[in-house]
Amino acid sequence: MTPALHEWLRQSPLTGIFLTLLAYRVALSISRRYHGHPLANTVLVGAALLIVSLLALGLSFDEYFRGASFIQFLLGPVTVALAIPLYNNLARLKRSAFAILCSIVVGSIAGVASAVLIAVAFDLPPQIVLSLAPRSATTPIAIGVAEAIGGIPTLAAAFVIVTGIIGAVLARPLLTLLRMNDDVVLGVATGIAAHGIGTARVFQISETAGAFAGLAMGLTGFVTAVVAPLLVHFLLS
Amino acid sequence: MIETFLWLLGYQFAGELLARSLGWPIPGAVLGMLFLFLTLCVRKGIPDTLRHNVPRLMTHMSLLFIPAGAGILAFWPLLAERPLAMAAVLLLSTLATLLISALTLTLLLRRQQGRKARP
Repeated sequence: MTPALHEWLRQSPLTGIFLTLLAYRVALSISRRYHGHPLANTVLVGAALLIVSLLALGLSFDEYFRGASFIQFLLGPVTVALAIPLYNNLARLKRSAFAILCSIVVGSIAGVASAVLIAVAFDLPPQIVLSLAPRSATTPIAIGVAEAIGGIPTLAAAFVIVTGIIGAVLARPLLTLLRMNDDVVLGVATGIAAHGIGTARVFQISETAGAFAGLAMGLTGFVTAVVAPLLVHFLLS
Repeated sequence: MIETFLWLLGYQFAGELLARSLGWPIPGAVLGMLFLFLTLCVRKGIPDTLRHNVPRLMTHMSLLFIPAGAGILAFWPLLAERPLAMAAVLLLSTLATLLISALTLTLLLRRQQGRKARP
């Protein structure tokens, strides 16, 4: 490759957009080939393929993100669009609203408390413990909370993403193991524990699960933002 | 498709404006979702353009998280400090959160059903 060509590859947003779509398409084929096996998760496989291709092409994440940011931008309108499947499930939401809201509050508190307590048990340094606390919330909320309580915002963002992938992979096998076959339970639990990455995963399984995951993701972010600073202070004092 | 994006971006815009002017740490898109949901409840129906286009959009929601997933490459030096301990914490706490959330909801739904079954 000539230096001029490599320079263009680094600068053009086309590279990041095309590589992302390609990695997703290949991940989708792999997921279908293994009949939606949890480990053939499209975000996990797609991101892994992308990391390998970036290393092979000698591109940094920042160069890749010049194009990929256009794709990430669409997360905003797609999050708003979660209102439509939720509205389609209005009857079920009305019937179980109290139970769902209580579970979201309990689950959000469990998300912060479990991370802090287990991290302390593993003797991780305080800054890392504080960056782990908001990891169940969506990235913008987690970054804000981590900043407010004295964690490291970039580290918090990394924990959010890894948490989302772990939750997206484990949610369904865990609930199947426990014989919990209700799509509402799958959706709410995944939305609480694994925010948008989990929501995207359960949308592949059922629209109802996706709708409730989207609701749980939004409200968990809200509860985490309010509760995490107080809870962390209480747990670490 | 144009109308769909006008709806979605419009609600995101409203959400961002409100969150920023009040200084709330909530993402504008999440507020936008709640506003759009309330609008649909008041309207008692989904506009045609959203009904047609949104389901197709949702099927490929995973695509939008691949850039963030590849971000692990940029974060690697931070994560590689004590990788096993951090992986263990993330795995165990995510399992705990899933378990506690699912059990709480299952118990509450069962109680609710039990109450309805009684005359």
